[in-house]
Amino acid sequence: MFETNYSEPPFKFELIPIKLRSVSFQKLGNNLIDNISLSINSKGITIILGPNGAGKSILMRLLHGLEKPSSGEVLFNGINLNNTIRLKQAMVFQNAVLLRRTVIENLSFVANLQSSKQTSNLSKLLQEVGLYEKKNLLARRLSGGEKQRLSLARALVSSPQLLLLDEPTASLDPYSVQMIETLLIKLRNQNTKIIFITHDLNQARRLAEDIIFIHRGKLEAYQSARVFFNNPESKFAQDFVQGKLIF
Amino acid sequence: MQLFSESLQTAFYLIVSGDSDLFEIIMLSIKVSLTSLLGSIVIGLPLGAFLAIHRFRLRSIILSILNALMGMPPVVVGLIVYLYLSRSGPLGFLSLLYTPTAMIIAQMLLVIPIISALSAQIIEDLHIEYRDLFRSLNVSTFKAIMAYIIDARMSLLTVILAGFGRAISEVGAVSIVGGNIDHLTRVMTTAIALETSRGNLSLALALGFILLAIALGVNIFAVKVKNWAMDK
Repeated sequence: MFETNYSEPPFKFELIPIKLRSVSFQKLGNNLIDNISLSINSKGITIILGPNGAGKSILMRLLHGLEKPSSGEVLFNGINLNNTIRLKQAMVFQNAVLLRRTVIENLSFVANLQSSKQTSNLSKLLQEVGLYEKKNLLARRLSGGEKQRLSLARALVSSPQLLLLDEPTASLDPYSVQMIETLLIKLRNQNTKIIFITHDLNQARRLAEDIIFIHRGKLEAYQSARVFFNNPESKFAQDFVQGKLIF
Repeated sequence: MQLFSESLQTAFYLIVSGDSDLFEIIMLSIKVSLTSLLGSIVIGLPLGAFLAIHRFRLRSIILSILNALMGMPPVVVGLIVYLYLSRSGPLGFLSLLYTPTAMIIAQMLLVIPIISALSAQIIEDLHIEYRDLFRSLNVSTFKAIMAYIIDARMSLLTVILAGFGRAISEVGAVSIVGGNIDHLTRVMTTAIALETSRGNLSLALALGFILLAIALGVNIFAVKVKNWAMDK
């Protein structure tokens, strides 16, 4: 397993640096993201940490263009987020959204959308995530872990340069977690930029090159993982790393 | 009870004897209902899908009208179509009154609200589920609608069956615009009404059993298809 080579993105790191300039996002009068500015320059795995309701998922949706900032801008290599840039990204949602079709049809749906672009070999992708034997099964028949692995495989069909993952391993069995982590490390080594939300500090230690820590919509820390875990630059982050409850 | 058993015997006899008049009526009923159903699907499904995924000012009003039209009395629809198709009506020049085409139009007006209103609800549920994924993948509106229809096909099949049930069992509208003309526009329901008014209850009930059997057969077939697809 894990022998397949993905078709590499034609232009490596075309989307880096990723910059947020004074980005705020309000909904129903609530400031869900509060004036965040940062520049992600690292080419490895960036992990977004924070307590529940901190605004992690909103931040990711802003990066993917699923939400528009109330103010500020999101820039990829100096260019405002647009459809062309979004097509170079792929997102895996917290709750696996799968088409009511077979496993392989979930992948071919995306492949057919991208007929003019280079797409990965669907069978090989399924082998990578351990679902090849189940390719003709209805996706809804899969277990939670298998569904999330299928979501990840589907996200890789378009060979994205930037992969956004919103808690892809939450409540998954250890086998699925390991399989996903191994795949992410492999993708990182093949120059795919990954931004990943997790609550699992051990997972963050294993995977992260740098950490974004947000609390109540505010950026509290953006540091390399090593520095973050040894010396977080905010009190909230320090408490979070120490396992204290923060509100 | 005697009437029922006699009617069943009559129905059985009419079928096995290959009564040509009966088969003509059955075939016309099926032809008119399936044609109107097909037309209603072609118009109603995309309309329902459009209403499901687009938000605009008149949307809720249109949905309310469609919901209200689901309960529209067929005789009213028949009367409206009659007024439009009669010689003095705006479409009188088409000479469609008392033809199967007029019956198809009347039935479509009854079935389109059912298909569009119910499919809008089903597709809206799916749209909520798929919306972020499709935006993420930059799926066009046309491809999204096609995906919704394909993925909700089993639920939509039930909607289509409801539409077929409305079409095949309808009597008021088709008798007004069709005229119940023998060998031309007589269908099962209008034939039943006619035989009842003539006092020929046994034959009317026999025709009713055959109509029921057709509706039942179509539904059993649809359920089998649905179960097969679910078990796949």
